[in-house]
This record gives sequence, structure tokens and C-alpha cells, in this order.
Amino acid sequence: MDELRTIRVAAITRVEGEGGLSIHVRDGAVTGVELRIFEPPRLFEALLRGKALEQAPDITARICGICPVAYQMSAVHALEQALGITIPPPLRPLRRLLYCGEWIESHTLHVHLLHAPDFFGCASGLELAKSHPEAIQRGLQLRKLGNRLLEVLGGRAIHPVNVAVGGFYRLPRRTELAALVDDFARGLEAAEAAARWVAAFEFPDFEQPYDFVSLWHPDEYPLCAGSLRTSDGLLLDVAEFEQQFTERQVPHSTALQAVRRATGGTYLVGPLARLNHCRDQLAPLARALADELGLATPCCNPYQGIVARAVEVVHAFEEALGILRAYRPDSEPRVRYEPRAGRGCAATEAPRGLLYHSYEIDNEGLITRATIVPPTSQNQARIEEDLRHYLPQILALPDDEVALACERLVRSYDPCISCSTHFLKVNWVRQ
Amino acid sequence: MAACPRLAVFKFASCDGCQLSLLSLEDELLTVADRLDIVYFLEATSRVEPGPYDIALVEGSITTPDDLARIEQVRRDAKYLVTIGACATAGGIQALRNWGDSAEFLRAVYATPSYIESLATSTPISAHVRVDFELRGCPIDKYQLLEVLQALLAGRRPRLPAHSVCLDCKRRGTVCVVVAQGVPCLGPVTHAGCGAICPSYDRGCYGCYGPCAQPNLASLTAQLGANGATPRETIVQLRSSFNGYAAEIRAESDRLELPPPGGAPHG
Repeated sequence: MDELRTIRVAAITRVEGEGGLSIHVRDGAVTGVELRIFEPPRLFEALLRGKALEQAPDITARICGICPVAYQMSAVHALEQALGITIPPPLRPLRRLLYCGEWIESHTLHVHLLHAPDFFGCASGLELAKSHPEAIQRGLQLRKLGNRLLEVLGGRAIHPVNVAVGGFYRLPRRTELAALVDDFARGLEAAEAAARWVAAFEFPDFEQPYDFVSLWHPDEYPLCAGSLRTSDGLLLDVAEFEQQFTERQVPHSTALQAVRRATGGTYLVGPLARLNHCRDQLAPLARALADELGLATPCCNPYQGIVARAVEVVHAFEEALGILRAYRPDSEPRVRYEPRAGRGCAATEAPRGLLYHSYEIDNEGLITRATIVPPTSQNQARIEEDLRHYLPQILALPDDEVALACERLVRSYDPCISCSTHFLKVNWVRQ
Repeated sequence: MAACPRLAVFKFASCDGCQLSLLSLEDELLTVADRLDIVYFLEATSRVEPGPYDIALVEGSITTPDDLARIEQVRRDAKYLVTIGACATAGGIQALRNWGDSAEFLRAVYATPSYIESLATSTPISAHVRVDFELRGCPIDKYQLLEVLQALLAGRRPRLPAHSVCLDCKRRGTVCVVVAQGVPCLGPVTHAGCGAICPSYDRGCYGCYGPCAQPNLASLTAQLGANGATPRETIVQLRSSFNGYAAEIRAESDRLELPPPGGAPHG
């Protein structure tokens, strides 16, 4: 007798943007997993056409309120390549500093308010704050520091205004950055304590042979620059991204899913990918902490993404502190250029993983083509594959518990559905 | 209002940034959660309760048939409906499709547009249901949001100025970027609330809070014209931005008899 079972999660909570999950089971075997992304499409790639290239950082920031800096950074690097310009060397650490602010803000939000509640059976970080007030307060204060850095350097935390093609509109005054040093030194200690807190959580026993993809740079933990690195040993120029990866459209999602072009295989981007590829490039305290916490590589348990995030927060504080201390405003705020026709692409490491932009511009500096591949659309197919492998372990549970367990797995990715739609509802179909 | 009013936060087409502002009240968040019962806020909590709600915060614009029905349900469920941000208040950057060919936009992004349910327009919440208060900004200012919540709790009107960004520049002592640097600036016609950030970073205001009360757009487009930009170029910039579908900008666009942006964005 055919037994059909459908399990649905109408709306996955504690993720950015809106989506659900449908799981179809026939005779006790999983026949389909659909990560349903019903986030309304906003069609950014279309509306960028005809815009002046200078508008791209401000417009693409609006793709995501949680990681606007990532969009701004990928946009400006791609457009600078199209224009054939290079920013003055002193501006490079400032861009990394701005990105550190975003990693702190985004990672601490996910770690403390969105993901940690899963390990305590709480509905929210606000509920968790009642039983663990010190840990949540610490998380909020860490996040506040990330936001302060974004405010000082970017003008504001959400959709910063100071990022320009060619550099910045205005360089920070030395006193503005120096005023952050003491708080960031204390923040670094608090970030280490937060990482020790999350590393002691109990993680479900589940590992997958991931194809990790991230930027890799010989001298630094990847933020704005590097080569594309994959788990099967490729080390490629970012310009080869579109040859190596492709996006496909599936009926159940307004987000395009990215896969390896050669094999059609799924891959994983984000903190675990970066940590696995770039552990040696972590700042000294962050690396020592990864050792202390026993965070060995390869780390193939998606639930441990929270530990990778917490270690990256330590890295971001450490690196930011170094830049804050060394800063001297001794450069022009931005390099001047004349518009010219051209094409350029760039990838940077958004908090959730690799973010690829490519643009074509005409000789008046208007954008004629834009392609944006966000991290969550790259992870979407991998999340579905994870669920297919994880579900057999838990199918004996009642539907609501299966749904909850799947939602937890999805959340461990810190998916950003707003970004991916150019993500997520669990609709269960148990047959 | 009840001793601990029920708060719901809804998202339509948007970037999440405005609802994130609530979570970004790092010092006030736990107090807010004590004073308000947060019963629906998908981004922040797995607690999902049906209405009625005392306060509904609505982020995002209406772009799909499903969302048309959903906003009507939110209105029925909510005692006070407050829109947060430029998408909910003016249609957002995605409203650019209102002037263009939305089917062509879909074809530009998706290989199989028939999988995608999307309306031809992106419209503000007020185009569909009664709105009790509109909070401006792309993104909103978190302290302005706090003021709205405090006002609703106290049963008074929110105290939020509707003057232009210009006044805030004077207040914070920022030297005018138009006068001193010749940088085009939308400050004279843009609603206050951001704190006049851009001019303090040596760039002109780019209008993310939308039109202020009684904006003199004709004067601004003429003035910027004196600096080299044509009125048409100025209004095209305004129209292609985060509040481009605001009534005041549409009116000035019509006065200048501009063709729709579509494929000829610089008019």
C-alpha cells in the first residue's frame, strides 16, 4: 500500500526574508525536498540597466538590509575593474574595516538572536535572554560595536552612504577611528567569550562531503580579494566564475539556484567554506581560539557554522583593531576617472559567503548589463541536498518534530532569502 | 491599548533593513520586548500567532497577487497599521518597473518567467489599505521607530518633523555642499529623519527619505539645472530612486512631460 506523507513548514522563522519548505515522503522514503522561496522578486538586475555606474553601490545595497556593505563592495570592485582603475593603497584597509563592521553586525545577529535559541529550545533570542541574560546582552553589545563602526566609517549601519566607486566620499578623521579603539579592545575579549559559549553547545551528529567554495588569499583572511578556491583543488581567477558556476531556475523558488557547471553538483559557500580553506590566514588570536575550541578542518558539520561565525567575529575584531590603531588619513578619498566602455567582475565574501557581481558599462558610464549571484542562491541547492540526506535519520518522528528539525538545519546556514530573490517556506508532502 | 500590546511585524517586497532596525535597538530591545508582546515577527521569533494585533509594522511594497490579499488581512487584524520605510510608503526602488515593461524586467532576470507570480507594479501599502502612520526612510531611523512605538503606547501622536534635510544640516553645523562644493543635493526637497548624513560625508543628499512637506521640486530642478544638470536629468534621477513613485515626484515628472524610464533612463 502506498503511504503518502507531506510535511510542510509554512514559513521558516529566524531567517532573513521569507520562504518555506515542502517535504514529500512515499512509503517511508524521501521523494522530494523543496526549499520554497516566495520572497517577491524585485528584479534588481533589470532595474540597474541604464543607471549611472555611480548609483550601483547605493542601489545594490538595497538588495539586503543585513549585508549592504557586501553588495557595495562587490559592486565597486567590479566597476573599478571595468573602468580600469585601482584604488589608492591606503584605502584598501578602510574597505576591509568597513567589511569587518558588517561581519560583526551580521554574524552576531545570527549567532545570538537567530541561531542560538535552537540550542536551548527557545522561540527567539528575546526568550533566550530571560534564561541567559548575560550571553544575549553580550551579543547585543558586540553587535552594537559592529554597527558603530559602520556608522563612523559608512555614515549609517544599514545602507551606508560613504562607499563610492573609486574609494570613499570622505575619509574618516583619525580621531573618529581612534575613539573606537578602547571599545574594540574590550569587544575582542567579549567576542572570544562568546565564541567559547557557542562552541560548548551540543551539535547534532551530521556531516556531509561538502564542496566548499570561497575566496582564498595567501596573505589575508578573504574579504574583498582573492582567488576562487574549491574543495577539489581548483584555484581560479574570479573572472572564471561564470565558466565554473551556473544559475538554474526551479519552479518552487523565486531565487535562482547555483551549481557547478561541469558536474551540476551543489556546493557550499559561507563561514564553514572560508574557515576550511583559509584557517591559516585567521588573525593570531582567532586562530589560537579555533585551536583551543578544537575546530579542526575539514569541518563538515553544518550546525557548527555558528562556531565558525563566532570565530570570524573574533577575527573581525582583531583585524579591525589593528586597522583602527594604524590609521592615518593620508590619501585622497577616491581616485578620479573618466567613464569608458568596459566590463568587470568581482567577488567578495559577504557574511553568508561568496557574492559575485559583473557589469558591462557603456562609454557614458551607464550600466548596460548586471549579473548578481548572492550567497544564498548558491547554497540553496546544497541546503535541499542536506535535507535529503538528513531526513532518513528523523522520519520516525511526528511531522511537527520533523519540520522543526529541518528548519533548524536550514537556519544553520544563516540563509538570506531577501538577497537570494533577486528564500524560504517548508511545505511537507508526506505521501 | 492593552497593558502589554500585541506587536506584529510583516514583510512584503523589501530588503529586511527596516525591520532589522527594531533588532538594532541594542540598548532598548529587551525593554521594548517587555513593554510589547511580540507575537508575529518571522525574522526574529518562531512564535507565530494569528491576529488581532494592537500594532502592525509593515515593511515592503505590494508586488504579487498573494500579497494583495495578505495586506488586506493584516489591515483587518491590526488596530494600528504603521508602514516602515520607503518600500511600504512609496513603493521602493522596485517601483521603477511601474514606468517600464515589467514583463521585460522578469525576462531579464529569469529564464522561465511563467514560474514567477509578479504584478506589473510595485505599490505602497496606502494604495491598498488605510494606513495609520507612515515612517519614512530607506532605511528608517531606529530612534524614529522607537518614538512611534512610544507614542502609540502613550496614546499620543509621534513627534517626527516633516521639514527638509537642509534644516538638519544647519542644526548640525554641516557646511552646505551645494554652496561650498557645487555638489548637487536633494536636501532642500527631502524629508528629514536620517540626521542629514550624506552632506556630512561630502556628498549630496540622494533623497532616501522621500519628499518633505511641500517640496518645491520645480525650483530645485531649475536650480540644479543652473549647476549643469538639466531639470529632466534631475527628475529622472529622483524618479529612478528609492522614493521615485512618491506622488510629488510623479507630479513633477508629469510636468516635465518625461517619457517612462524603460530603455531610455536618462530621458
